Amino acid sequence: MKSKVKIATTSLAGCFGCHMSLLDIDLRLLDLVQLVDFDRSPINDIKRVGACDVGLIEGGVCNAENIEILRDYRKHCKILVAVGACAVNGGLPAQRNHLDLRDILEEVYQTSPGLAPGSAIPNDPELPLPLNKVHPIHEIVRVDYFVPGCPPPADALWKFLTDLIAGRTPVLGHGLLHYD
Amino acid sequence: MSFLLDGEEVPFIPGQTIMEAARAAGKYIPHLCWDHEFAPHGSCKLCTVKVDGRFGAACTVAAHEGMNVDNRSAELDDKRRTLLQMLFVEGNHFCPSCEKSGDCKLQATAYELKMMSPHFDHFFPDRPVDASHPELLLDFNRCILCELCVRASRDTDGKNVFALSGRGIKTHLIVNSPSGRLADTDMAATDRAASVCPVGVILRKRRGFKVAIGNRTYDKAPISEQPQ
Repeated sequence: MKSKVKIATTSLAGCFGCHMSLLDIDLRLLDLVQLVDFDRSPINDIKRVGACDVGLIEGGVCNAENIEILRDYRKHCKILVAVGACAVNGGLPAQRNHLDLRDILEEVYQTSPGLAPGSAIPNDPELPLPLNKVHPIHEIVRVDYFVPGCPPPADALWKFLTDLIAGRTPVLGHGLLHYD
Repeated sequence: MSFLLDGEEVPFIPGQTIMEAARAAGKYIPHLCWDHEFAPHGSCKLCTVKVDGRFGAACTVAAHEGMNVDNRSAELDDKRRTLLQMLFVEGNHFCPSCEKSGDCKLQATAYELKMMSPHFDHFFPDRPVDASHPELLLDFNRCILCELCVRASRDTDGKNVFALSGRGIKTHLIVNSPSGRLADTDMAATDRAASVCPVGVILRKRRGFKVAIGNRTYDKAPISEQPQ
């Protein structure tokens, strides 16, 4: 029997909407698990990514932890895919990019009305440091394929994955390629 | 009289540009700053074709008998895709939160040319919006400097509400009023300039997202299959 394709997925600065869209292939999930094994993914809660054929990255890069995870996926995945608007161009989180990070943190945690007295910007050493700007993943690592959409439709993800697994260059036609 | 466009014969009337003749024949040449209602501007360069081996903007080059024009070749579409990628990273084009999504020429042209990523690093510029007008909103984040609003306001509406200011990478759209605000001009929602924007800069207020996804202009068919 042909060995299965190994896929890892993760969500960086994303909303898990792209993962929901993947689940949205519905009954075709049963066909997909005949073709692939899942490595690290929110679907199975494996904590460290191992050697994989394909890495699907949802979300842009907004903090130091995102960079570490993204580089780890790049190292372990033969093919790395930017899935969804945030991974492709920063998406909604990147709409903070024209604002100063300190101004945002101060407004959210210190000066906006209704906060408890003594509220401060969180500073726990376990919290990853936010970056000044949110970046699409291709600004950090080399990316092999892009699947735009917010989220990409389930049919687009299905078409992309089945093309890739079959060894074809993935092509998204009218209706499957969209940025919204 | 006729010329060859991607090997197919296209008739023309002397004085017509390649773009005008192609439009009359129902052929699509990708473009953003051109609109048949207005004088050509020749700035976006999306309509660049190869005329007998030399590059030229289809919206400004006159058609000639027997000329051989390449349009949708891989070479030209590759260059067009690069132009689009530069337009996308220069502004803030977040399609999921844009009211124009689905009706946007920049977006539809990017689909047509299979633009899968922005490729370049984003500028993420800081461009404030102008919500001063009671019926219209200006979101400069999406401006591609096509000057269609400038031409429509000046040549059709006779008002001269818009202009481009600055040079090179600092070029930007401005409103011609002492305050710089749209509310302080005589712009009306019925002006041609109010509906000419190919992207999501000039928007009617209280209209956003009224048309369901699936029924918008470019949901139904790609831009190349629609009337130009």
